[in-house]
Amino acid sequence: MMLRFFRPRRSAPIARERLKVLLEHEHAELGKPDLVVALREEILAVIHKHVSVEPENVRVTADRTEKMSTLTVDIEIPLATLKAAAA
Amino acid sequence: MGTVLVVTSGKGGVGKTTSTAALGAALAKGGQKVALVDFDVGLRNLDLILGAERRVVFDFINVIQGQAQLTQALIRDKRLESLFLLPASQTRDKDALTEEGVDEVISSLREVFDWVICDSPAGIERGAMLAMRHADMAVVVTNPEVSSVRDSDRIIGMLDSKTARAERGDPIKKHVLITRYDAARAQRGEMLSIEDVLDILSLPLLGIVPESQSVLQASNLGSPITLAEPDSSAAMAYADAARRLKGEKVPMTIPSTKKGLFGGLFRRAA
Repeated sequence: MMLRFFRPRRSAPIARERLKVLLEHEHAELGKPDLVVALREEILAVIHKHVSVEPENVRVTADRTEKMSTLTVDIEIPLATLKAAAA
Repeated sequence: MGTVLVVTSGKGGVGKTTSTAALGAALAKGGQKVALVDFDVGLRNLDLILGAERRVVFDFINVIQGQAQLTQALIRDKRLESLFLLPASQTRDKDALTEEGVDEVISSLREVFDWVICDSPAGIERGAMLAMRHADMAVVVTNPEVSSVRDSDRIIGMLDSKTARAERGDPIKKHVLITRYDAARAQRGEMLSIEDVLDILSLPLLGIVPESQSVLQASNLGSPITLAEPDSSAAMAYADAARRLKGEKVPMTIPSTKKGLFGGLFRRAA
């Protein structure tokens, strides 16, 4: 109980920061909600031109910070596919 | 084959999302594989309560519409590796949540996870109906307050008639979880007592979660209360409730006012 009393408990600044980042991104995305879907489809189409990739071997992750969003597209290309493409 | 659990209430603001996150994290901490599914299309918040809001790429509706695979849309929790979130769509039309789509997604999740916990939107509309549709068990979140109890009663009626199990004549297991309980006010007779609530709703009690400052603290931090403040009375109530969901017999802790004068003073000072 005493420890809890002395521990800093100011979580509101963290909450404010999280909300600011989230809402800014949500406002920016309004009207074009499928940006991520569009990007993924087009990136896949380009890759498909060269090698065939199963959709389940594509992982897309995102992170959003105050200044920017990152989108990571992780594509697993089986060795056999690479060899076939090289042949 | 996992268990599908719906967390529902009818009324908004009683603690459905907080309870979904807290129970899910407690189950995952105990080694269970858990998927939390947000059904609140357009007003999603489970991502925020779990601290995953920056990592949402695909959502439930992308999966239903075939724009993403289920495995791609599931977000793994950063703290517990057996806890996953399927976020609701923030921008799509509610009607995109189709009965067939929900059916397919829940069946797939059920095969892989021990627990599929569906966080229902408030109200009794489509989203709430779909959230309870495939449930094997229900947690009805209720505040000891007249309008919440009335809405819970309404939702219990729907759980008994509108779910897939009810239609098959194999009723779902229902529990009431009392949240935001204030022992001091109940003792002074200003708040409905636990007996009153249970008497009116006639459901078994899953737990009593006391009104707690830790709940706001946890949501500020984006961490389920059972992880952020595991020693708080609210988190302990959720942890016990999670064990009861698994069928364990856990003695019920009734929040008391026995904190004493000092406890009360310190709480206020902190």
